[in-house]
Amino acid sequence: MKEEVFSLCFMCSVRCPIQVTTEQGQVRFIEGNPHVAGMEGSLCARGAAGKAFLNDGQRLQTPLIRTGPRGSGEWREASWDEALDYVADRLKDIMAQHGSRSLILGERTQLSTHVSKTFVKALGSPNHFTHDALCKGSVNTACRSLFGYTDAQMGMDYSNTRHLVLYGRNFFEAVEVKQVRAFMKALDKGAKLTYIDPRVTVTATKAHRYWMIRPGTDLALNYALIHVILKEGLYDKEYVERWVLGMAELEAFVEPYTPTWAEEETGIPAEEIVEFAREVSREKPSVIFHFGYRGANHTNEIHLRRSIMILNTLMGSVEAKGGFFFKKGPGEVEAKPARKLTEQSFPEIRDPRFDKVGTPDFPLPDPNHGVAQRLPRAIMDEDPYPFKALIAYRFDPLMSIADTTLTKKALEKLDLVVAIEVNYSDTAWYADVILPESTYLERTDSIQQANGLKPQMFLRRKTVEPRYDTRSGPMILKELGERLGIGEYFPYENMDDLVRWQLEPTGFTLDDFEAKGFVAYTSQQIFWDRKDGLRFKTPSGKIEFVSSLLEDAGFPSFPPYEPVPHPPEHHFRLTTGRVALHTHVSTQNNPYLNELCSENVLWIHTDPAEVLGIQDGAWVDVSSSRGSGRVQARVTELIHPEAVFMLHGFGHEAERAERCHRKGLSDAMLQENVSDEIGGSPALHHTFVTVTPAEEKMA
Amino acid sequence: MSEYYLFQDTKKCIGCHTCVVACKSYKNLPQGPKISQIITVGPRIVGGLPKAAYTFMPCFHCENPWCVAACPTGAMQKRTPDGIVSVDPELCVGCKTCMSACPWGAPQWNPETGKVVKCDYCMDRIDQGLKPVCVTVCTTQCLNFGRANELPAVRRERYAQAMAALE
Repeated sequence: MKEEVFSLCFMCSVRCPIQVTTEQGQVRFIEGNPHVAGMEGSLCARGAAGKAFLNDGQRLQTPLIRTGPRGSGEWREASWDEALDYVADRLKDIMAQHGSRSLILGERTQLSTHVSKTFVKALGSPNHFTHDALCKGSVNTACRSLFGYTDAQMGMDYSNTRHLVLYGRNFFEAVEVKQVRAFMKALDKGAKLTYIDPRVTVTATKAHRYWMIRPGTDLALNYALIHVILKEGLYDKEYVERWVLGMAELEAFVEPYTPTWAEEETGIPAEEIVEFAREVSREKPSVIFHFGYRGANHTNEIHLRRSIMILNTLMGSVEAKGGFFFKKGPGEVEAKPARKLTEQSFPEIRDPRFDKVGTPDFPLPDPNHGVAQRLPRAIMDEDPYPFKALIAYRFDPLMSIADTTLTKKALEKLDLVVAIEVNYSDTAWYADVILPESTYLERTDSIQQANGLKPQMFLRRKTVEPRYDTRSGPMILKELGERLGIGEYFPYENMDDLVRWQLEPTGFTLDDFEAKGFVAYTSQQIFWDRKDGLRFKTPSGKIEFVSSLLEDAGFPSFPPYEPVPHPPEHHFRLTTGRVALHTHVSTQNNPYLNELCSENVLWIHTDPAEVLGIQDGAWVDVSSSRGSGRVQARVTELIHPEAVFMLHGFGHEAERAERCHRKGLSDAMLQENVSDEIGGSPALHHTFVTVTPAEEKMA
Repeated sequence: MSEYYLFQDTKKCIGCHTCVVACKSYKNLPQGPKISQIITVGPRIVGGLPKAAYTFMPCFHCENPWCVAACPTGAMQKRTPDGIVSVDPELCVGCKTCMSACPWGAPQWNPETGKVVKCDYCMDRIDQGLKPVCVTVCTTQCLNFGRANELPAVRRERYAQAMAALE
């Protein structure tokens, strides 16, 4: 029998609405949800590979308990009862001896994050974190410093924009389907695309203006742009007058940062900077300087992200058609969002977090996410106190946090490592117990509260029965919770129950999702009134160029620009990025995606390659202060000579992920664990490497 | 040619391979055969800007298909009335003659079945009034499918827009 089910994809974190056609209990076809404007069938390559993921015999199939040394790959299959008892007994012992705070749960942010937060809170530990900071901690902090909202509470009106400016935001390779389609529409209507990146990407090939900027100097470019815009009066005066705090300070600050100065730092000709400032200003307020999807490259990351949003503010493009908008929730139409388990009351927790977020040591990052890259040092140094157990929930610290050697040492120090996973990730491979989760096609999930210009709710629906002996995350945590005496915090017997509980205050029911896979609170787009209706959540109610968030914590809003050092002789700045065929570290073993992109290579510029005697396709050794490895070189003029580049997510160690095992090189193994200590992002482009010719493939 | 026309608006293509993956997935193909393929040429710097071509290559469904003529068993067929060229797996003996005959490399080898597979515009879907999966899932909607004389005049419209001096 043929059936059609609406659901949400989860091949990446975008969660596109999909329609899944099933036949005799098997997935036949996946397409974008035809009822969702801007999807209408469209998917991305990863979404199209969902069926291959579901049916892959190389994913986790049953609970596993380690029998050999950590990382040895010696496992025995266990029943769910046995595996859950094992984890619960070990956790009980650990928490009895070292307190609840010795438990850390880290996860890739997902629809049921409220369940894992509940699990940790109910046990009395402050230590829940998500992967978010690794991606965009400083973007989050930058937005809060200016508007009082996080980046996640802001969206972009791509279809009406007249000029999109991207700083390394590889828009057409790190694909969000709806956004790509919306901007394609704008391009067709004559919108312009400016792309700034030390490397030529697919996005660069679609741009009207491409600047191969010297890596790390985007901030210098922006200060010069602001300089020109202020000097020539190109900004939206009415908007700035009404909404901005700290314009005079900004003006004084950018005075020395002339286009000529920026040319020296960035390599972009001064006259082109001036010309661009004039061109983009003509289209205000329908311009988007994109604040980035991943904003985690340099130690001054927060100031780059702030400068981008300052440019948007000067264009008057914050809460404007064709610019940025604040995402509107159901409260805008006097309605209620879905409930979350975290709304229950929990025992009071006084201990600081493992990452010290929210303490004077690290005051500004978002405690809703924490700072994942602080995990290894916290464990190693037992600072602020000893940690004994880690639950890694579809999050792979070994491949996702810079400096794999350090992270591995830290995991070695723990008494218990549990992985809740769908894949044989490297961390799962290294864990003591693996609790296999059902894939997104095999489970109903918590409600997605989709705030935006029109507030909506979406639902991930089970499309087929689990292929293997796997369970959904919220059921795993509930059963673990029951064994640990916190069962009352999980008031559901199955996923439908949980969703029904969530929906209670909203006035919608599960049945309401049947017709189209989502429900809308309103049919009208909600824009606030730009003259009087903008509701910034800063203490002043304004856009704070001079930020009380920063200044109150003792950080200046405008620290002087520090020149970006050139790499020492024969060194390169290691840069990293994405491709349309893979998601982070999670899809490299997918049969179809692996077939099309099975390993990464090292991009290196033709000139230094010639000096070093490296030919296109040759094997090279790449070394940093943290490690070294072997990979093939791609010698090209399409990358800045100071940089080398490799795709993130390769060099997997887990043997049962056979297709991607030891294919390519891991960037995390080479990167130093360095952060923007104010904003919270790691500085993933901070590391210098050497590149030397190698004889052959085997290292 | 078949009555249909699969038009790729290359300006909108981002070479993301969604079409290729969806095609393999729908046809339940193993590693190896690519019934449709995106071939990237470039990027190269042209006039100071990086440019690349992402070209979609399925099957042209020729008016006079050499693969059909070459097939010794009658497995390769051009159906009437719409002219879709497809291979009947029941009749295919895996001799690969069609692969040699086709000037475009459209017929592909399926190592799992030891037979040829090729683009059939997803005939089963066409017969239900649907579009081929590559077109349905295309990320940017750069793939268009329909009767050859009914497709939108994207290029002419875009050219006219670009040329119109109404300001």
